[in-house]
Amino acid sequence: MLEIKGLHVSVAGKEILRGIDLQIGQGEVHAVMGPNGSGKSTLAQVLAGHPAYEVTAGQVLYQGRDLLGLPAEERAREGIFLAFQYPVEIPGVSVAYFLKAGLNATRKHRGLEELDAMEFLDVLRAKLKFLEIDQAMLQRSLNEGFSGGEKKRHEVLQMAVLEPSLAILDETDSGLDIDSLRVVATAVDHLRAPDRSTIIVTHYQRILNYITPDFVHVLMGGQIVRSGGSELAHELEARGYDWVRGEAAAAGSEVKP
Amino acid sequence: MASPTTGLEVFTDREYKYGFVTDIETDEVPAGLDEDVIRVISAKKNEPQFMLDWRLRAYRYWQKLEKAEAEPKWANVHYPAIDYDGIVYYSAPKKRPTSLEDVDPELLRTFEKLGVPLEERMLLAGVAVDAVFDSVSVATTFKAKLSEAGVIFCSFSDAVQNHPELIQKYLGSVVPYTDNFFAALNAAVFSDGSFCYVPKGVRCPMELSTYFRINAMNTGQFERTLIVADEGSYVSYLEGCTAPMRDTNQLHAAVVELVALDHAQIKYSTVQNWYAGDKEGRGGIFNFVTKRGKCQGDSSKISWTQVETGSAITWKYPSVILQGDNSVGEFYSVALTTNHQQADTGTKMTHIGKNTKSTIVSKGISGVFGQNTYRGLVRIQKGATGARNYSQCDSLLLGDRCGAHTLPYVEVMNDSSQVEHEASTSRISDDQLFYCRQRGISAEDAVSMIVNGFCKEVFRELPMEFAVEAAKLLGVSLEGSVG
Ligand SMILES: Nc1ncnc2c1ncn2[C@@H]1O[C@H](COP(=O)(O)OP(=O)(O)OP(=O)(O)O)[C@@H](O)[C@H]1O
Ligand SMILES: [Mg+2]
Repeated sequence: MLEIKGLHVSVAGKEILRGIDLQIGQGEVHAVMGPNGSGKSTLAQVLAGHPAYEVTAGQVLYQGRDLLGLPAEERAREGIFLAFQYPVEIPGVSVAYFLKAGLNATRKHRGLEELDAMEFLDVLRAKLKFLEIDQAMLQRSLNEGFSGGEKKRHEVLQMAVLEPSLAILDETDSGLDIDSLRVVATAVDHLRAPDRSTIIVTHYQRILNYITPDFVHVLMGGQIVRSGGSELAHELEARGYDWVRGEAAAAGSEVKP
Repeated sequence: MASPTTGLEVFTDREYKYGFVTDIETDEVPAGLDEDVIRVISAKKNEPQFMLDWRLRAYRYWQKLEKAEAEPKWANVHYPAIDYDGIVYYSAPKKRPTSLEDVDPELLRTFEKLGVPLEERMLLAGVAVDAVFDSVSVATTFKAKLSEAGVIFCSFSDAVQNHPELIQKYLGSVVPYTDNFFAALNAAVFSDGSFCYVPKGVRCPMELSTYFRINAMNTGQFERTLIVADEGSYVSYLEGCTAPMRDTNQLHAAVVELVALDHAQIKYSTVQNWYAGDKEGRGGIFNFVTKRGKCQGDSSKISWTQVETGSAITWKYPSVILQGDNSVGEFYSVALTTNHQQADTGTKMTHIGKNTKSTIVSKGISGVFGQNTYRGLVRIQKGATGARNYSQCDSLLLGDRCGAHTLPYVEVMNDSSQVEHEASTSRISDDQLFYCRQRGISAEDAVSMIVNGFCKEVFRELPMEFAVEAAKLLGVSLEGSVG
């Protein structure tokens, strides 16, 4: 599904990712953890094609094809979805309008019939219910005045509507209260499918109680310094990052804080 | 390594869809202006003496202004001097129709291309169109249905013939010919326009609409619109404009007067898409328009909504005189300037009556080299106890060589009034664009979506179909404006 080889990325002239190697198979769930500023969001953004991030070396294959040459909207239509850590506000553009535009652009790309307003609402209704989102939200301006939790729910709603092949969730669990966490995490787990791979960027083990990852990776100083199974997340929760840092240093890889 | 583009530079050239020329025979007077030309215009239109006298007074006034070089220079727009002797002041299709069947088919095709549904479709749409082609109003539809309701809706010329008492009573009562240079010129030479009278207590059964189009070369178009809403009546009026592409500039100096009596309401909506000139700034319409409404009666209401995407230069301030107690004035505006377009537009709200209320919402969008100025005056006179105004002026910049300027003037002469002003300037952020693109929406569509969102408060004031048109027009007009 996704193959990242020796990926180096700079932003504003500063190197952030310094040689990432990662393979994600179809249907797998990978958790990416790591201290603040280690480059997790950078990895997420660069996979989604944010123009501010410059790839200086390396390769990314998505479904066997070169990903990095594609513009962001093509990647999206090809099934890459990013739930943003900080979803941006767009005044005057309603949630419903935005969602429908995205869905129809994607459907068109795939040679499917575009949905009209009624059909679209039908698609939406069940998903709103599942995520416990009030239908009134559809008429609000995109992310404008949304609470932290509403923003995150709304990101997952978009994922549910767009049905991606590769979903990247950047701290979708941050800023959620206990009930919201349950709703959002259950929804994400529910969206797990044999033809859908998921990358969950998180600081906390708790979301992984709902979604058991196949792999856990630790990103530090722009490199993956340790990978393991779901037990690694528990270990990190218990011991913090210092021991990984120590071990990595001992193993000779140069890890900056 | 190929770095993905932001998509902002992929916009194609902006194309003007309405830039065709209609080939029909016209009846013109030679270029230039003197009293004889005015007499000819008046005679061709078979006008009563009071009209000719008024035109001549206006002409003499204008002449004084012109000699004194008093063409207004205060607006934040720059253009070469206008040669008033090079303009043809009267141009009309030769065959004058008496019914729709008589209308030159070439002309009907033109209107069709413009998307003016003159025939059957119109009935379904429920719109009565008074189409002004160059100077003469060619076809007026749905007169019957309107007259059943007692509404008079016809060309200005017909009104002069058939309802001279109304014309004499209201012509110049809101915009006197002494108002400004272009208003004086218009009064002297205006050749046609629309007239509407809604009698007491009548809610006009359909939206009224006029499409203006400048066709003949070197023709200045000087139309004049007068709408009178009698006590307790209501009317919604739509105005749409396009003009063919030419290398030279054309002058458009229109006057619109609205009068609302006690408890009457007038809603006036404009979508203006005159030719804006090419990418180098050659050609395009000079749109110097005086639009004003008078809330003459108590509890009357006048609401202007405009979407201005065309013209090389726009100079326009739809205003409201709030004379009646408890009267309400509104101004909702979207002005887009891209390439070398310049717009100096805004409104003037003059509060005279007690508890008068005005709302101003202005959205300016600038791209490429476009210059957009909001100029507004809120004036609360001494007697306007309890007057309130709310103004909001937002600017959106799509590039770094374009400009937005906000000039809100406030004059308050009554302490009990409340005046509120908010202003903002913003840009479309890379993160907003990326968010849209990440959901599969192309950069072009994203820009257009964000701009439409920015204009939402104005668009929602437009009648439904007009709002859809306006949004589309904005999308087309934005092409090539971001880079
Ligand atoms: N657009 C940008 N301009 C400048 N610096 C940036 C930009 N984006 C990221 N960075 C820098 O890159 C580094 C990595 O940031 P990134 O957001 O990827 O970290 P993160 O692992 O997601 O952190 P957190 O856990 O706090 O979300 C940080 O030092 C950050 O300041
Ligand atoms: Mg982050």
